[in-house]
Amino acid sequence: MKTNEDITRIPREKFEFVNHGEKIADRKFDDTPVSYMKDAWIRFRKNKGAIAAAIIILAIFAYSLLCPLLITNYDNTFMDVYYAKKPPKDLLLSKIGIADGGTNRDFSEKGLIKAIAVGIGAEDHDGTGDVTLEEGMESYYQPMLKIGEGRQMTEIKGAKPKTIYSARIDNYLEVGFMYRSIEQSEYHDIVAWQEETGKQILYPLVADNEYNIDATDANNWYKSSKGTPVSVDEYGKAQTIKYEPGMVLEDNYKRDADGNPVYFEYTGGGTTETAQYKVRVLYYNFYTYRNGFEPEYIFGTDSQGYDLALRLAGGIRLSILVAILVSAINLTLGALYGAVEGYYGGAVDILMERVSDILAGIPFIVAATLFQIHLSAKVGAVPSLLFAFILTGWIGTASRVRTQFYRFKGQEYVTAARTLGASDGRIIWKHIFPNSLGTIITASVLVIPGVISSESMLSYLGIVKLGGTDVTSLGTLMSDASSLWINYPHLMVFPALIISLLMICFNLFGNGLRDAFNPSLRGVEE
Amino acid sequence: MTKYVIKRVLLMLLTLFVICTICFLLIKVLPREIPQDKNLQAVINARFEALGYNEPLMVQYGIYLRNIITDWDWGTSWYIDYREPAWNVLTDRLLPTVLVNLYSLLVSIPLGILFGIYAAVKKNKWQDQLISTSVMVFASVPSYVYGFIVQYVFYFLLGWFPLQVYSLADAGGSWWTFKMFYSMVLPIIALSFTQVAGLCRFTRAELTETLTSDYMLLARAKGLTRAQATTRHALKNAMVPILPMIISSFISILGGSMIIEKIFAVPGVGQLYIMSINLLDYDVFMMDTVFYTFVSLLAGIVVDISYGFIDPRIRMGAKK
Repeated sequence: MKTNEDITRIPREKFEFVNHGEKIADRKFDDTPVSYMKDAWIRFRKNKGAIAAAIIILAIFAYSLLCPLLITNYDNTFMDVYYAKKPPKDLLLSKIGIADGGTNRDFSEKGLIKAIAVGIGAEDHDGTGDVTLEEGMESYYQPMLKIGEGRQMTEIKGAKPKTIYSARIDNYLEVGFMYRSIEQSEYHDIVAWQEETGKQILYPLVADNEYNIDATDANNWYKSSKGTPVSVDEYGKAQTIKYEPGMVLEDNYKRDADGNPVYFEYTGGGTTETAQYKVRVLYYNFYTYRNGFEPEYIFGTDSQGYDLALRLAGGIRLSILVAILVSAINLTLGALYGAVEGYYGGAVDILMERVSDILAGIPFIVAATLFQIHLSAKVGAVPSLLFAFILTGWIGTASRVRTQFYRFKGQEYVTAARTLGASDGRIIWKHIFPNSLGTIITASVLVIPGVISSESMLSYLGIVKLGGTDVTSLGTLMSDASSLWINYPHLMVFPALIISLLMICFNLFGNGLRDAFNPSLRGVEE
Repeated sequence: MTKYVIKRVLLMLLTLFVICTICFLLIKVLPREIPQDKNLQAVINARFEALGYNEPLMVQYGIYLRNIITDWDWGTSWYIDYREPAWNVLTDRLLPTVLVNLYSLLVSIPLGILFGIYAAVKKNKWQDQLISTSVMVFASVPSYVYGFIVQYVFYFLLGWFPLQVYSLADAGGSWWTFKMFYSMVLPIIALSFTQVAGLCRFTRAELTETLTSDYMLLARAKGLTRAQATTRHALKNAMVPILPMIISSFISILGGSMIIEKIFAVPGVGQLYIMSINLLDYDVFMMDTVFYTFVSLLAGIVVDISYGFIDPRIRMGAKK
């Protein structure tokens, strides 16, 4: 009993504060805290596929931005009708055998000689007519890149077997010679340019006689009978020339009284300035003269003669721009709509759900078509495409946000915030909304491949018309190629490859994000 | 359950009605082409007058609805099939679309489910990695790219199949002949890639979830072999979400794929849709719009309802 009394009667002086003058606070964590975003980043980093996908996306996007800067010779309005649908050609890369502008084809003997003749004729600008096959093959302008051994083939049973050569031909040089009508002043310019650069543009005109099968085709410069090259002796007797080493084609040039080849023909016009000359030009050099550079298209040219590399870059830019805009707008709209719906609930929720149900019921293709028909004349094709995407696109985000709000709005910390007097807006955006940030970011990335594929599908089908020189779409490029691509595969391969790559990478990237933002997957991989 | 179904169907009809009204008004205000020729102009104007095209929009919509309800008259095609009822124009083109998509579904459903099961059973082994990676690629690449690849390989390189689907006359006058099927092989293959990939991914995800659940452990503890437990317990449960997905894809074969129809020249509803826009055949366009809307709504509601039929737990929940 005594001890108890003692305890109750401890004198005041004996008490002292345990930590007098010290601040009382929780001890800090020894390790650094990991925020939600950082945690997601750590998990995302481990996903090799997603990282690779992100790099590829960046590379494609960088290409689309840098391509117009790197191609300094011309811009996206530059086109050349004679070099349309040509395969990739790059002067540097062609030295190692890629992008040589060539395609593999089978030639008959006639066709083979006609193609080789372009190179032989290119060496023969003086009209001497004694250039041999070997000299012609060495020419810079020789379209034949490689000629295989001839093989015997019978097309029809019983017919005489034909010799077929498999060869690789440069499609740019194959264009060969061409008749052009130019003014006299331009003629003089060309002659001056020829002397300056040493490159030959003007070649002798060809006589229109029985040895010329088609007088409009400037490549028929040698004597031929029904397309087969012949040599004609002084008595007018024709003898067939065979494709063999040392072959010399007999020229059929137009000559004046002195026997000199004729380079131009006056066709009309009055003064010296406007007089029209008909000339025969080597188109490859004519192009160089006209534009100041040799034809070089790293991805080839499209069906109209535009540079495919620039068209592709434009298409990628459009696709990514539309996709990112759609994704950002849908994110904002969906977040707002879903937040209001989920937070207030009740009658507001039911009403708003009905509205989004009805909108969700409209098939996308119908919405896109109607927007195009009604709006594309007023605001342009791309904005009306955007409207179509936005009309129904935000519904997914809205319902996701709504679910999150239903989950979190009854929790203690929300009640606490409300008790402390926080306004509705503050509770929605500061307390509940951050919970759904991960799902929203993931969704907005996963929306992108869908938008890209829908956009290219609509332009492929021709519902959205984006065929101008400044606006183009990967879908339009493919649609232009759809009737030609069996013969010109590069027209289809490049856009299809890029769109497939974009789709795969955005999906991989989006899935990586989804896994990274999902805390329940934390530690599963380890 | 019945109450739930009725509620859903009524809601669907309401949604359909609202969408149709909006589409009708949007299509009606589009300009109509009047020919230059004076006599033809008079004929067309008289026809428009008789059809009530000069009435106010809402009256026109009333006429449109009345014609549908009394005569099942959805308007008339003036350009695609001259003076043919729009309903017939649509139904004529339904069969090719359905056939191509049906064949492709019949190929892709078993393949997709089998690959999915195999990947789930071999989870995280190299077989699974291989299947999952290729599924990722196949599901991402757009279907028209397959169209071109298939055309290139099987028509251009190998020459096994024709480039496009034969016309009715070429194939012996019927959609059911073997020759017709033969010419449909390429679109079927092109369509199947995406479907197989989608189904495989879905099956794998569902099955891996059920394979790791507690009742599987119990089944194994009871003494069932792994194969027995998988087929009797895991697969059955995994099928609950898979079956509705299959059912809905059977409904959406009505809609078909526009792009595949264009590439392979299938004379189906997708092609009709594009033709009706290009030729400004408004009644057919409206008909096709209603059809597409209906199909997409129907697919959604059938999924929801079939969940209830397949899974008793959900049915119980709906009663409350």
